[in-house]
Amino acid sequence: MSNSNPGEKPPEKSTGLHIGEAGPGVKKVDPILVADHVSRSFGGLTAVDVEHLEIPRGAITALIGPNGAGKTTLFNLLTGFDKPNSGSWSFSGSDLAGLPAHKVARMGQVRTFQLTKALGLLTVLENMKLGAKNQTGESLIKSIFPWLWKKQEAEIEARALEILERFRLLKLKDDFAASLSGGQRKLLEMARALMSEPTLVMLDEPMAGVNPALTESLLGHILNLKAQGMTVLFVEHDMQMVRHIADWVVVMAEGCVIAEGPPDVVMKNEAVVDAYLGSHQDVDLGVVTGRFTEPKGTS
Amino acid sequence: MTTSDDMVVRVDNLVAGYLPGVDILNGTNLEARKGELIGIIGPNGAGKSTLLKAVFGQSKIRSGSIYLNGEDVTGLQADKLVARGVGYVPQNNNVFPSLTIEENLQMGVYQQPQMYSEGLELVISLFAELGARLKQRAGSLSGGERQMVAMGRALMMNPSVLLLDEPSAGLSPVRQDEAFIRVSDINKAGVTTIMVEQNARRCLQICDRGYVLDQGKDAYTGTGRELLHDPKVIELYLGSLGA
Repeated sequence: MSNSNPGEKPPEKSTGLHIGEAGPGVKKVDPILVADHVSRSFGGLTAVDVEHLEIPRGAITALIGPNGAGKTTLFNLLTGFDKPNSGSWSFSGSDLAGLPAHKVARMGQVRTFQLTKALGLLTVLENMKLGAKNQTGESLIKSIFPWLWKKQEAEIEARALEILERFRLLKLKDDFAASLSGGQRKLLEMARALMSEPTLVMLDEPMAGVNPALTESLLGHILNLKAQGMTVLFVEHDMQMVRHIADWVVVMAEGCVIAEGPPDVVMKNEAVVDAYLGSHQDVDLGVVTGRFTEPKGTS
Repeated sequence: MTTSDDMVVRVDNLVAGYLPGVDILNGTNLEARKGELIGIIGPNGAGKSTLLKAVFGQSKIRSGSIYLNGEDVTGLQADKLVARGVGYVPQNNNVFPSLTIEENLQMGVYQQPQMYSEGLELVISLFAELGARLKQRAGSLSGGERQMVAMGRALMMNPSVLLLDEPSAGLSPVRQDEAFIRVSDINKAGVTTIMVEQNARRCLQICDRGYVLDQGKDAYTGTGRELLHDPKVIELYLGSLGA
């Protein structure tokens, strides 16, 4: 069953996250991630030019904006997958600039990818187990003494199975990741990210390619992350989802942050509607295209 | 079984997959009549893309049959199907990035280059933007513009049916809406269209008839409007957010 029924009340939003008036670069009460003057250009194109950005701790922040706004590039910079031309940023107070991706992940900041990067020739369960960190068996010397890592391995496997069940992937655990559909791979990637017990989870379009009914249970998972004290930062195009779960929304366009604020406020922002949402948001496209005269049987 | 005259595509009890022993489609049926806009929705792994690929000769058909304009085309290769009037737009990597828009469109008629000018006319009548930018490299285009080029290329042969695999995938809301409006425009120009979509709500809003696939079978079918308001479809496939 889905985690959110029509009758159920919407999830409780975290408020009071910022200091002063909401706007681009506004200060947060308790930021987990702070970025300053981060810029990245490719040839002549400035993909990201963020003056100041703070991500509130323990809340769900959505990063939205048109294609090519620099959302994924910013993700890559913040997680060490790409190096900026200039700028500094810190995670929980420690400087992250120049740190490679695997060290960033070890510090508790993990990410997923828009185009999934599951290891196709490993099984679903193997992919999951790979996500756990500090595995004793990773040491060349310790790896030859099974009694040193057997117990940990069993614990990791138990946790992997538990997470797989939550994501409804349990029955696929012995299948090769390559045999999963696009949406299932998406789920696997998110599930695998949780294996490292992160404090900040960064999701790049977690719902792209995942069907709406499953989306709702995924929303439940994301809300759960917050309930467990994790911070979530996600890029998403599905505005219903953003409106439903995000406590805070950051809007990017042409590399810059153009608006910030709670979802309901940001989505009425004129610049955001113009640059991103468009004017058809709440209307039936069948009517817009003139295929059907009026929406019938609206429930 | 006989097919009626206006039946463009009929899929009968199709069983298909990629790997030996693993069937993705388990007896799927689908019909598209002339001028219809058909939407296919369903959960991940239901076989939506596989169904489209099967119609385009890209997945292994184990049993069942596919008819195109009344002729049995089961198991026919993609190039033969293109020649018989099937246009297909894959979900990803659907343009040649190093080629110009014009060259991309030419690729659409490589089997019959004499159709170029006629095809171009149709494409430009639908996507005027492309006409002005024929010499631009497709790789420099945005996601929405690429989608337009890919659709344009598939339309160059003036197909009797156009197969679209998630035309809105990866686009921002305003671009998604534009993509759906474009699909509607293509269909209004007389092209029978079968579209697989993840954005089920938008898809059902514009399509004439929809199919809900689940576990490789067509679980529900009806007009787009009916499915849009069917409580079972809402619960299982549309989700109740912002309904």
